Amino acid sequence: MSILLNKHNKVIVQGFTGGEGSFHAGQMMDYGTNVVGGVTPGKGGTLHLDRPVFDTVKDAVQATGADTSIIFVPPPFAADAILEAIEAGIRLLVTITEGIPTRDMVPVKAALNASGTVMIGPNCPGIITPGQAKLGILPGFIHSPGSVGVISRSGTLTYEAVGQLGGRGIGQSTCVGIGGDPIIGSTFTDILRFFKDDADTKGIVMIGEIGGSAEEEAAAYIADNIKVPVVSFIAGQTAPPGRRMGHAGAIISGGKGTAAEKMAALTAAGIHVAKSPADIGPMMAELLT
Amino acid sequence: MKIHEYQGKEILRRFGVPVPTGVAILEGGDVREEAGKAWDGLGKAVAVVKAQIHAGGRGKGGGVKLARSREECQDLAFQIMGMQLVTHQTGPQGQKVRRLWIEEGCGIDHEYYAGIVLDRQSSRVTFMVSTEGGMEIEKVAAEAPEKIIKEAVDPRVGFQAFQARRLAFGLGLKGDQHKAAVKTFLALAKAYEATDASLFEINPLVSTTDGGMLALDAKVNFDDNALFRHKDFAELRDLAEEDPNEIEASKFELNYIKLDGTVGCMVNGAGLAMGTMDIIKHVGGEPANFLDVGGGANAVTVEAGFNIILSDPNVKAVLINIFGGIVRCDRVAGGVIEAVKKVGLKVPVVVRLAGTNHEEAAEMLRTSGIDLIVAHNLQDAAEKVVAAARGN
Repeated sequence: MSILLNKHNKVIVQGFTGGEGSFHAGQMMDYGTNVVGGVTPGKGGTLHLDRPVFDTVKDAVQATGADTSIIFVPPPFAADAILEAIEAGIRLLVTITEGIPTRDMVPVKAALNASGTVMIGPNCPGIITPGQAKLGILPGFIHSPGSVGVISRSGTLTYEAVGQLGGRGIGQSTCVGIGGDPIIGSTFTDILRFFKDDADTKGIVMIGEIGGSAEEEAAAYIADNIKVPVVSFIAGQTAPPGRRMGHAGAIISGGKGTAAEKMAALTAAGIHVAKSPADIGPMMAELLT
Repeated sequence: MKIHEYQGKEILRRFGVPVPTGVAILEGGDVREEAGKAWDGLGKAVAVVKAQIHAGGRGKGGGVKLARSREECQDLAFQIMGMQLVTHQTGPQGQKVRRLWIEEGCGIDHEYYAGIVLDRQSSRVTFMVSTEGGMEIEKVAAEAPEKIIKEAVDPRVGFQAFQARRLAFGLGLKGDQHKAAVKTFLALAKAYEATDASLFEINPLVSTTDGGMLALDAKVNFDDNALFRHKDFAELRDLAEEDPNEIEASKFELNYIKLDGTVGCMVNGAGLAMGTMDIIKHVGGEPANFLDVGGGANAVTVEAGFNIILSDPNVKAVLINIFGGIVRCDRVAGGVIEAVKKVGLKVPVVVRLAGTNHEEAAEMLRTSGIDLIVAHNLQDAAEKVVAAARGN
């Protein structure tokens, strides 16, 4: 089992014919993702990677029955691409683009809230259900099918955690990189709601980082709703206040959003908090035996 | 992106926010002469001499002084220009004052706070005001949160006049001051939206004895992701306020932040870079920096990263930690070998490469003839680099 994504999702790629879009569309298809077409305004009617190209998302949905989309569109045009996908009734949307202005994301978030679209990202590595499909830029080969769900604000730190799990023979149900921006489509809590209803997810790894209060909100949700063991790591325990640590959302401002606060809230909620990132795999292995 | 107070005030003025008249003085000229001219131009009985640095707490640090005569204005300007101003935000080494702002004094009736920022929880821009102006707003939020009045902006319609009125009534303002406050709040909201700001803090925003409102301070930050829409903001950037290594790093699209420890690190991805700093600390070391080389780790970026890390004399050992996903480890290894051959091994270097093609990469490093310390996993890497930094 899995959440959100499996081999049956019909996927289109927005920004299909661009460099990034082409490369990762090819990688996704190699992994087994059911890519049914793509969108590049002005190139409708052509073929790319043996798949039809459409001018608009609506055209693509009508012609292919696509229910899922992934966006590789440069930052100035990304908000528009997201709104187009929402309007066309896309159910699962992944936005990879890094660097979308906050002013663009505020109305996008409001539109998402009023829609039936679940968006992952932006500024994220995407989502993978090992052995079935991947929607994003994550390296498929490090993942293996199994029963641990992974949710993370980071890309490579997630690969690190997945590598540690795999090294101990622990596969993953679905891994979701929710992204490092201050405004994201789906928060930890949003994704936890899906894992809660997935009978085959027997454990959850949640990787947070400094900035905001999404981890604290997730801790409260987990305490009341999640019955399987949760292992968490918060990156940025040594980060100085007031400095943006790479991700737009990773900043301790006004003394708020520190790793210590988040770790305390998670611990109080009964979550197993790894102090070192090297302990994520070992802790989950112990909890599952 | 941060800008100076005087630059922020000029932007606010353009949107109709009332700000005091003033004159900016840059280092390099005759400070006394320029300060004297500024005094004459303002033509008031009182002027305020304000140090311009990208940090708060300037008043407490001695960077803001009141002048009651032309001579005093000149003396204060001379004193403050060039001083090493230490505030709670600069760190103990302080920041050198290279610019001054001399503005007209005004009759203050009461000090308020006004701020605009994104509320991440609701994903909405939030307008905040408080009667507790002049204080640190974090302190007010912690000790008397009821004294902060908030209005969330609906992105479909923007900040509305009724919200500005509610804020002004919330502050207890009446008559002309109420009207002036409503106008000021609407102008601030408009400026925030139009400039793609990420933070406005007017602390204090004052009501004046003649019935108006005046923004006596202006902390204005812009969203870096939106700068492509505001090419004219480039001239507002003051490189003297930034760490030269961070500027150098940004030229190579590297993200570098200097810290105080002895273990340098070079990592791909912001989360793993933070996690690497954390594990260095966890095994008993202190990270010397945050450095995210991003997705394009190659010979050029690795070399640039090396040079930046090693320019910090505190660095006793370096850890290169790459988890290759799309990035191929053999390419990274090639980059490391090339860079080390060029830069030289000034301190021990521990390399940990995982993910795509890591076996080929390990073989390349082993046969390179360079004395690198190869680590097999994150824990191993952290222990080896911390031991190396201690000279073991």
